[in-house]
Amino acid sequence: MHPGKASPILEVEGLTLSFGGIKALTDVGFEVAPGSITTVIGPNGAGKTSLFNTISGFYKPSVGRIRFQGADITATRPPERARLGLARSFQNIALFRGMTVLDNIKLGRHAHLRTNVFDALVYFGRARHEEMKLREEIEERIIDFLEIDHIRHMPVSVLSYGLQKRVEMARALAMRPKVLMLDEPVAGMNREETEDMARFILDVREEWGVTVLMVEHDMGMVMDLSDHVVVLNFGQVIADGTPAEVQADPEVIKAYLGSGEVSELRQRLHQALAVEA
Amino acid sequence: MRIGTARSSYRHDEALFDSRTQHAWLAILAVALIGFPFLADEYWLYLACLVAINIASTTGLNILTGYTGLVSLGQAAFMGIGAYTVAALEQKLGAPVLLNLLAGGFVAMLGGLVVGLPSLRVKGLYLAIATIAASVVLHFVFANWHAVTGGHAGITLVPAEILGLSFDTSFRLYWLFVPITILMVAGAANLFRTRIGRAFIAIRDRDISAEVLGIPLLRYKLLSFGLSSFYAGVAGGMWAYFFRVVTPESFPLILSIFFLAAVIVGGMGTILGAILGAVFMTMVPEALKLVVGWLPLSADATLILSPVRTIVFGVLIVGFLVFEPLGLQEIWRRIRRFFHLWPFRA
Ligand SMILES: Nc1ncnc2c1ncn2[C@@H]1O[C@H](COP(=O)(O)OP(=O)(O)O)[C@@H](O)[C@H]1O
Ligand SMILES: [Mg+2]
Repeated sequence: MHPGKASPILEVEGLTLSFGGIKALTDVGFEVAPGSITTVIGPNGAGKTSLFNTISGFYKPSVGRIRFQGADITATRPPERARLGLARSFQNIALFRGMTVLDNIKLGRHAHLRTNVFDALVYFGRARHEEMKLREEIEERIIDFLEIDHIRHMPVSVLSYGLQKRVEMARALAMRPKVLMLDEPVAGMNREETEDMARFILDVREEWGVTVLMVEHDMGMVMDLSDHVVVLNFGQVIADGTPAEVQADPEVIKAYLGSGEVSELRQRLHQALAVEA
Repeated sequence: MRIGTARSSYRHDEALFDSRTQHAWLAILAVALIGFPFLADEYWLYLACLVAINIASTTGLNILTGYTGLVSLGQAAFMGIGAYTVAALEQKLGAPVLLNLLAGGFVAMLGGLVVGLPSLRVKGLYLAIATIAASVVLHFVFANWHAVTGGHAGITLVPAEILGLSFDTSFRLYWLFVPITILMVAGAANLFRTRIGRAFIAIRDRDISAEVLGIPLLRYKLLSFGLSSFYAGVAGGMWAYFFRVVTPESFPLILSIFFLAAVIVGGMGTILGAILGAVFMTMVPEALKLVVGWLPLSADATLILSPVRTIVFGVLIVGFLVFEPLGLQEIWRRIRRFFHLWPFRA
């Protein structure tokens, strides 16, 4: 996968975002190639989550454009962006805790279903047909794929953190995304769960042809999975390239890695994450 | 888990009532509902009709408050719209009963949309406040739009008539109201098996992430409010055929509090909860009448009934919110679980 060859599926151009006096993002720009795994890294508070929130439409940038499949979506409302094929998960999990796993996943398909209120009240014809098809598809394509058969009828609130992250990914996949945005998909997971998630992310790209844009702190995972890495620091892009290029970039080493050892840095990051979670 | 991976088992899994026991209980309930009018006296038939009307309206409010998480104090006023619509259509046009009831629902729904459009744009308690304001405005309209509402004197109706059969007793109205209410409850239950109902719940639980999933918040909040007003309108229409006189005082704010209490007491966001809550709340004033009648009071007992009722509604709302927020349906489930395991475990 070589970013920049095909025309980008997602383009961010000159994004600037402020909260009162704080500039969370300054002139942020990068491209996401179709079929790639692009990762945004950077220290805590660098603006990664703010960037995601701007791309999914929660925050309005004061300057800049966001283009999705060539079309300008800067002024498009979040539900419409979802319908177009932008799906995401949240850093601190935003599942519906009282609902079952199955209902959470079904919610992902909302924008693609046609059942109207009259169909729904009588639950006959279209509503019934659509619900059955949805259930079948979720079972065969998503629940099997993510290996969550055993928990489908459980309320989300009783699940472990790692499983909740997986259910959130399942819900995002039910949205039939073209670009899947994952905000720290393995944060707070143990080694085994992290490896499972890494495998799912690779499989989603291979089997579903979905482009992945993620924020991640786990350096091993970032370097293994990514085709393309964007480095943010204090709301600005300080490097942009392949994992190898970024790792060798003196700016990154100075700003991101500081002067310490890589292993020490990793430890520091994990500590910071534990505090955040 | 009963579920396998075969296609037929999904169908089974998605059914409203999927076990043999549930079907058996449903059959027993049907027999009881059919047998009841032949065994009950006039007083119990009167109460049964009132319960049917209240279940219809409570189920509507439950869609809005219990499932979508929006609080309204206008359910009684929207019932008023339905009641006046039915009364006016009946009096001026003599239109068919079922058509009148539908019209009552739709006009109330329109009223709901007019109130909801400005107030649902803003988060928080704006809807509750707007619905109180709407209740006051509607009361004024009912009292002063003489040409349609008959002013303070209101409208008196002749008994409903379908195919020459006059629904002039509680016994006969029972056969009109109970099927309508069953249809309305079934409709609400179905709603929550589809994307529409799931969207309502998603908005209640976390409206930010509902938006990311492609759910337009304002549209769905309006839809929920419209549906809830529709239910109120049809219930108000039945109310008009039941009491046969509709006046501006028929739908006071305390009645809206009554429905809110029914939703909370029964158990917010469950179909069974609205039913249990409506039954319970209909019985409360009756029980109060009995109790007040026994008390050795020198003053006129009916004088203290109204303030006592208000206090009791308030105590019930607060008491359930604090001690049993899942409501009567949860108590019912616990009882059922007990008998399910009995006598092996207590
Ligand atoms: N809703 C908000 N209101 C005010 N400041 C915010 C808000 N969201 C983020 N910020 C600020 O923007 C900066 C970037 O935060 P964030 O995007 O969460 O960073 P990251 O995800 O890279 O850790 C931080 O200084 C943070 O305090
Ligand atoms: Mg973050």
